[in-house]
Amino acid sequence: MLGDYAGVGILLAIALTVPIGGYLIAFLLRPKRPYALKKQTYECGLETAGDTWVQFKIQYYIFALVFVVFDIETVFIYPWAVAYQQVGLFALAEMIVFIGILFMGLAYAWRKGALEWI
Amino acid sequence: MDILKLIYDPFGSIGEGLRGLLTQLLVQSLGLPDWTVTLIMLIAGAGFLVAVATVTMMFLTWLERKVIARMQDRLGPNRAGLYGILQPVADMVKLFTKEDITPSGADRVIYNLSPMLVVLPSLLVFAVVPFANHVIISDLSIGFLYIVAIGSTSTIALLMGGWGSNNKYALLGGMRAVAQFVSYEIPQVLSVVGVLLLTGSLSLGRIVYAQNYVWFAAFQPVAFIIFLLASVSEANRTPFDLPEAESEIIAGYHVEYSGIKFALYFLAEYINTFAISVFATTIFLGGWQGPYLPGWGALLPDWLWFLLKSYAVVFVMIWMRGTLPRLRIDQLMNLAWKALVPLALVNLLLTGVGLSVMQVFGWKLNDFTVFPSLAVFLVLNVLMGAGFLAVFKPAHLPKRKVVLVSRSRAFEVTTTFTGR
Repeated sequence: MLGDYAGVGILLAIALTVPIGGYLIAFLLRPKRPYALKKQTYECGLETAGDTWVQFKIQYYIFALVFVVFDIETVFIYPWAVAYQQVGLFALAEMIVFIGILFMGLAYAWRKGALEWI
Repeated sequence: MDILKLIYDPFGSIGEGLRGLLTQLLVQSLGLPDWTVTLIMLIAGAGFLVAVATVTMMFLTWLERKVIARMQDRLGPNRAGLYGILQPVADMVKLFTKEDITPSGADRVIYNLSPMLVVLPSLLVFAVVPFANHVIISDLSIGFLYIVAIGSTSTIALLMGGWGSNNKYALLGGMRAVAQFVSYEIPQVLSVVGVLLLTGSLSLGRIVYAQNYVWFAAFQPVAFIIFLLASVSEANRTPFDLPEAESEIIAGYHVEYSGIKFALYFLAEYINTFAISVFATTIFLGGWQGPYLPGWGALLPDWLWFLLKSYAVVFVMIWMRGTLPRLRIDQLMNLAWKALVPLALVNLLLTGVGLSVMQVFGWKLNDFTVFPSLAVFLVLNVLMGAGFLAVFKPAHLPKRKVVLVSRSRAFEVTTTFTGR
């Protein structure tokens, strides 16, 4: 069972050689002549004004909250989907109730304006 | 005969040969345990996969530029090699020899780590994909969940790149990437549940075997469209490429990157593009299975079917890029949450109903009773599509009317919204 993941681990190790090898080859080949003007933040020729890491208005934090709800719900739906054919009609009735509640949640979020991009 | 076998099952024949050779060499001569052979086979397979993925990425950059150029009545790259096929090689040489600029004030660790981390998930997702019969690195029983879980980690790398560059445009791009990913993950994950219901397994190998008679794209056309749209959006491709919108935020999270780091971002993006078409092929288009004649065998080798289907999906994605303009961010969010998520939930319910009908009559996927069940599913999908179009009729959406205010201020144009 856990042995199945050996392939994933090996692929990870091999995949790591792509970026590391790329960095290494580029390090050997590329020129290096930095000066202050070159290292300025690129904003289409204008000098950058103020700090970048300021408090940022994250417009999508409500989306993130709704996402968390739905993402957890998929954790419930996946085992249900896999077990559906063994459980039979009871599973269908149960899922109609579950998805009905989800729909009401989505409708509530919609009605409250949580799904509007401000 | 051997040549034919090599063409039809190259991985099988080469793998068998290699395994025999290694067993002779390691186990019988050196007395090493059996698992060393498996280990070396896995390393060879993974190395081959990574090499193929990198070459595929280079080919895709050429293909995309060429196809887009033809759609726009241009020639596209045609200088390096025949039809410009060597253009990606020239690009690669250029990117390797470009100076690496780290902007002053950047968070160096995060800035340098991000391009590395963005490549890894796009390569790792291929571990569970069956490229031909039995050609798979590891057929995990939770295959699709693995894809979703690994695939979503690339967002963290994008946010790291956006945050680490100390550039406002990059930060905006990174934020947009997260918002978009968060929104499109849900319809993508929900649209596949219909297929999982039909197969009763998350393993991609099993999903392909279940499509022996009929592709799931025929059972689940609505889910297929939802999956394709949500996946294209997750790969940040036009028309959903808001995180890197060139005309709004220069290039988003990779504004400050140059040389090899920029190349790695593009490597990840194109491998993701290919990964999407591979998943669409595996889950909805029958994977490596193609039509076969009874008593004669498959018409074309497995791997060729797989490549043909994958590149057909890639072509559709390039076509979308050539045709559709970029969406606005609020349109993007509306499409995800107000259209695709409810539709995916309805699809889930109707698939459950259809499957119950199949169970009541004792219809199966792997014999000829698949055809009445297909009819049931097609009726359900047509009903669902018609219902969706009735509710989300374009007439219900806000219309934009452009009004010219006065001649003296001819360039001041106000917009008024009607309807809604």
